[in-house]
Amino acid sequence: MPRTARAIAPDTLPGASGGVLFRATGIGVKRGGDWLVKGVDLTINPGEIVTLIGPNGSGKSTTAKVVLGLLRPDAGRIERAASLRVGYVPQRLTIDDTLPFTVKRLMTMTGPADDDAIARALGRAGVGHLADAAVQRLSGGEFQRALMARAILRRPDLLVLDEPVQGVDFAGEVALYELIRDIRDELGCGILLISHDLHFVMAETDRVLCLNHHVCCAGTPQSVAADPEYRRLFGPRAVEALAVYQHHHDHAHGPDGEVIPLASRDPAAHSHGDGAVCRLDHDHDHGPSHPAKPAGAADGQ
Amino acid sequence: MVSDFLLRAALAGIGVALVAAPLGCFVVWRRMAYFGDTMAHSALLGAAAAIAFDIDATLGVFIVSVLVALALLALERRGGLATDTLLGLLSHSALAVGLVVMGFMTGLRLDLFGYLFGDILAVGTNDLILIWGGGAVILAVLLRIWRPLLAATVAPDVAAAEGMNPARQRLIFMLLLAGVIAIAMKIVGILLITALLIIPAAAARRMAHTPETMAIIAAGIGALAVAGGLGAAVVADTPAGPTIVVAALALFLIGLIPWHGKAVDHG
Repeated sequence: MPRTARAIAPDTLPGASGGVLFRATGIGVKRGGDWLVKGVDLTINPGEIVTLIGPNGSGKSTTAKVVLGLLRPDAGRIERAASLRVGYVPQRLTIDDTLPFTVKRLMTMTGPADDDAIARALGRAGVGHLADAAVQRLSGGEFQRALMARAILRRPDLLVLDEPVQGVDFAGEVALYELIRDIRDELGCGILLISHDLHFVMAETDRVLCLNHHVCCAGTPQSVAADPEYRRLFGPRAVEALAVYQHHHDHAHGPDGEVIPLASRDPAAHSHGDGAVCRLDHDHDHGPSHPAKPAGAADGQ
Repeated sequence: MVSDFLLRAALAGIGVALVAAPLGCFVVWRRMAYFGDTMAHSALLGAAAAIAFDIDATLGVFIVSVLVALALLALERRGGLATDTLLGLLSHSALAVGLVVMGFMTGLRLDLFGYLFGDILAVGTNDLILIWGGGAVILAVLLRIWRPLLAATVAPDVAAAEGMNPARQRLIFMLLLAGVIAIAMKIVGILLITALLIIPAAAARRMAHTPETMAIIAAGIGALAVAGGLGAAVVADTPAGPTIVVAALALFLIGLIPWHGKAVDHG
C-alpha cells in the first residue's frame, strides 16, 4: 500500500467557501492485494456531520486517512476545496514520557496561537484548568478534550474525529458529543466522525455511512432509523445492538451481488433470510469485478 | 594562566555541546539513540573515504553519515527486518568497514585512537571556526524547523493532515545530525558522540516543563560537562573525550537526586 507521511495534494474543488469541502468518488485502498475499502463515495459539506460506522477492521480509519490525505487511494477520485483548513483528532496519540509537553504547548503544536485564543479553546472543551498540566498526566477523557480543543483552536473548515470518545466515561461521552455538535454550529465546519455511539449518530448526524470494506448503506439517520431491520438491530439497547450489528455484517457478496451468509462463523444465529441487509440507499454494486468481501474471506473469490 | 590549547579545547567542546544537546533532545524524543549511534559509527568510514578521495575529513564524515542514514531508511521501507536489527547490522558493518579501509592505509600516519575517542587537545583555530560556524548553521536550521519537527515527532499523522511535511522534517533532521557528528568527531570521537547527544538531554528531562526549556537546559549541562571533563582530564591526566562523557554521566546522576521542590516529578 502506498503510504506517504505527507498529505497528498488532490484535485481542487471550485468555490471553496460555501461549496463542497471534500468529495471522494469510488475510492479504494489496497493492502497486499486485498482491498481494505473499495468503491466508497463520500461527500462532506460545510456545517454537516457525516458519521462512519461499521465493525472493527471495516475500513473506517482507512477511509478517514484518505480524507485527510494521509493515504493515497489505489482507486477512485478525490477532490478537496482549495486551501481547506483541516483539524484532526486521531484515534490514538501517545506522547513519549521523555518529552515534557504541557496542554498549552500541545495547543500550538501545528501552528501559533495567542494565549487568549488558547484559553478560550481549552475552556470551551472544559479543560481550561489543565493548561499547564503535563499531557502524560491527563486522564483519557481529559486528553481527548485537550485534543478537541487543539483541533477547534485551528478553526478548521473540516474536522476529522476518529473515535473521539475512546476511554471516556459515559457522562464525559455525552458532554463530548454535545461539544462536537456545538463546534459544528459555531464554526460551521464540516465534520467527519467515526463513532460507535449509535445514540449520537442517530440524534446529531446528518448522514451515516455503514462501512464493511464497502459502503453497506448510507443515508440520513432518519431514513436509516426508519428501517425495521435497523430498529431491530440498534433500537432498544445501543451496546447490545452494536454487537448484533457487527454480526449483521457477517456476510459475503457473491459475483452477482447476492448475500452469502458465512455460516461457518456463527451457524446458530443467522437472520438475513431475505438478503435485504442495509437495503436503504444502496449506492454500490457488487459486480464480478468488484467483489466486496469481509475481513478474513479468501482473496480472489 | 590557561594555556592556548586548553582554551581552544574548551571553546571547541562547548561549541559542540551547545549544538549537540538540542539535537540530542530530538534523538531522545524520537527514540533514535541507536540510529544516531549508527550514523556516528559510519564516521570512521567517512574519514577513511576523505583520505582516499583527498577531500576534507569533516565533509567526508558528513557525506557518509547521510548515505548510511538514507540506506537505513531505504532498508526500513523495504521491510523484512526489524529496525533494531538493521541498525545493528549497519552500525557495526560501517565501523568494521571503516577499520578495514583504515588498515589498508598503512603508509599514512593515522591516529586511529583519535578518530575513535577524540583528540580535543589538538584542536586548532580552523577547527574552532568550523565548529562555531557549522554549529551556528545547524542551530539556525533547527530553530527554523523547530515547530514542524516537534509536531512530526509528537504526531506525524496529525502534522501531515494539518499541512506539514513530517518526511521532509525527518530528512532535514538527519542532515543536521550528520552535521553534528562531523563536527563532534574530533572532540569526543565517533564512539562517544552519541553520549554527547543523549546524556545531557536525559539529564535535563526532569528539570524541564516544555521541550524548549529541556533543550536549553541540556545545552547548559553539555557545556558544563565539557568544562568539567576537560578540567578533570588535565588534572588527572586522563583521555579528554572519555572524561567529558564521564562528567556528563556524573551530571546526569546528580540530577537523579531528589532535591526538595526542585525536581519535577513526571511519574
